Amino acid sequence: MYTKDNEKYFVVDAHVALWDARPENQRNIHGKQFIDCFYDYHKNLSPESEVWPYEDYLYYGGDRLMKDLFEDGYVDHAIFQPALLGEFYKSGFGQTEEAIALAQAHPGKLTYNHVFDPRFGEDGLERFRRDAERMKLKGVKLYTAEWQGNSRGYSLADPWTYRYLEACQEMGVANIHVHKGPTIRPLDRDAFDVADVDKVATDFTDLNFVVEHCGLPRLEDFCWIATQEPNVYAGLAVAMPFIHTRPRYFAQIIGELLYWLDENRILFSSDYAIWTPKWLVERFVDFQIPEDMAEYTKLTADIKKKILGLNAAALYGIPVPDELQVRPAPDQVEREAAAVA
Amino acid sequence: MTVAQRSRHAACLEMEVRRALDAVFDPELDEPITDLGFVRSVEVDEGTVTVHLRLPTSFCAPNFAWLMASDAREAVRAVPGVDRVTVELDDHHDSEIVNRGLAAGNDFKATFGAEAEQDLDALRSVFRRKAHVAAMERAVTAWMSADATRTEADVAGLVLADLPPGRAADALVRRRGALGWSSEPHDRVLVDEHGSAVRPEDAVRRLRQARSVRVSVDGNAYFCRGLLATRYPGAEADQSPRDQGDGTTRPVLPIVLRSPKGANA
Repeated sequence: MYTKDNEKYFVVDAHVALWDARPENQRNIHGKQFIDCFYDYHKNLSPESEVWPYEDYLYYGGDRLMKDLFEDGYVDHAIFQPALLGEFYKSGFGQTEEAIALAQAHPGKLTYNHVFDPRFGEDGLERFRRDAERMKLKGVKLYTAEWQGNSRGYSLADPWTYRYLEACQEMGVANIHVHKGPTIRPLDRDAFDVADVDKVATDFTDLNFVVEHCGLPRLEDFCWIATQEPNVYAGLAVAMPFIHTRPRYFAQIIGELLYWLDENRILFSSDYAIWTPKWLVERFVDFQIPEDMAEYTKLTADIKKKILGLNAAALYGIPVPDELQVRPAPDQVEREAAAVA
Repeated sequence: MTVAQRSRHAACLEMEVRRALDAVFDPELDEPITDLGFVRSVEVDEGTVTVHLRLPTSFCAPNFAWLMASDAREAVRAVPGVDRVTVELDDHHDSEIVNRGLAAGNDFKATFGAEAEQDLDALRSVFRRKAHVAAMERAVTAWMSADATRTEADVAGLVLADLPPGRAADALVRRRGALGWSSEPHDRVLVDEHGSAVRPEDAVRRLRQARSVRVSVDGNAYFCRGLLATRYPGAEADQSPRDQGDGTTRPVLPIVLRSPKGANA
């Protein structure tokens, strides 16, 4: 929880990871390229005081995660969104068993989402069913740009993906987090195209599709889809740290999202350990749309509360203390009316 | 040639080559690769030119990487006095494939084999359209910001002759030309994807759509420029400031934030 100016914010970090990118776990050059790319993201968009040494960044372990999120970072609940990257890392990038053990040790604080890959076909589907049961999954994280054998990506609109999503429906795995990386399949299309999200969101209306980094670098296509599909949500991973380096740009992203979606479908995430939640939460609570951007709606404390935690809590059924819920709208209207009088 | 003549010739040719590379655009960011700092080096040895390109991450989309690298190859080849061209893409996950294809003079399909179904014309066209839409938004926003009484409701009837002369208007005309559209003074500024005027009742929505495209393109450009400089320290010196092109003075500077003092967990 974070408190500022007598307002209390319940914080859900909807995208965190526990990875191992140490050289001994790298399968090939791409393992190094991948973590180096992450580290450049981290270094480029973090305030100088928050930049980690490269060695720490390769692997930080569960204790450090607990401290960064819950002791220092104001986070009340965090959700693991792993990427396995089996072609790049020997035991995978996201450390499945370590994260599950941590979530089991702190059930009120951590939720573990797992992954599936439709290219594993029938066997993978069986395994996914077993995983969903054992891990008590409420959500999955799909990285459509994951390499596998000769394939360098898949589409949500593939028939096999549909089979897996049907299994999600059956098993109550309701939250589908989609990470659009540079999917290379086929290579002649736009690698970041989010059109397949549109198709599955229409066909699976009882599932929630959270598009990570709100479709960036295709914010416009994402906004257009989300306008038409009420079960599509924006995850703020990657967008958040612009609050430091490019606050005016951050204002435009948030402004666009609030215009095209609404305040109930935007989820805060730090993308830990790419960034740490402490400074992001502090700055977001202090943030306001600049005066000269009259085209965008102002960020009220209630909107910030929803984005920082209440929206994700609603999706995942995370209990929120009464005092941290947004005040009922009628009270607000009365108070504003009183203030005017 | 004397040594001095040879080095003068090399310097001239290098300048010509760099000027030719100014015409090579990152289709996604709608900026020359030279301004973005993507040209790592140009070496001239008599008529032989070697160009190295670099990108913000190892995982930048390989199709865009290919477009820029192959366009660079064509642009340099067309410079008078250039006999041989080598273009190489450095430090990318597909460097090997791309560089082999470039060296062999192959096209996109021959280079990527089964991963490519068709050529990249459709992809180019998508981003040419986005570039136009972003330029359209910048021009309209510049027009609106010049007079505080103008609102989004006034933009439906706006024609090219209404735009103040300047970079935003020039950029819009250029993008229209790239799509094969005319730019007569009476042509409407706000058009749909086919270049037809939008109905007045659809104008605000069209402008808002265009704004989301512009925000996205600008944001990607900031991100890519920043990442390049993080990845290759010093690369920022090779980057030209991004032209906002909207005629407004909206510097992208940190706004003053209240300090988080007094906060507690």
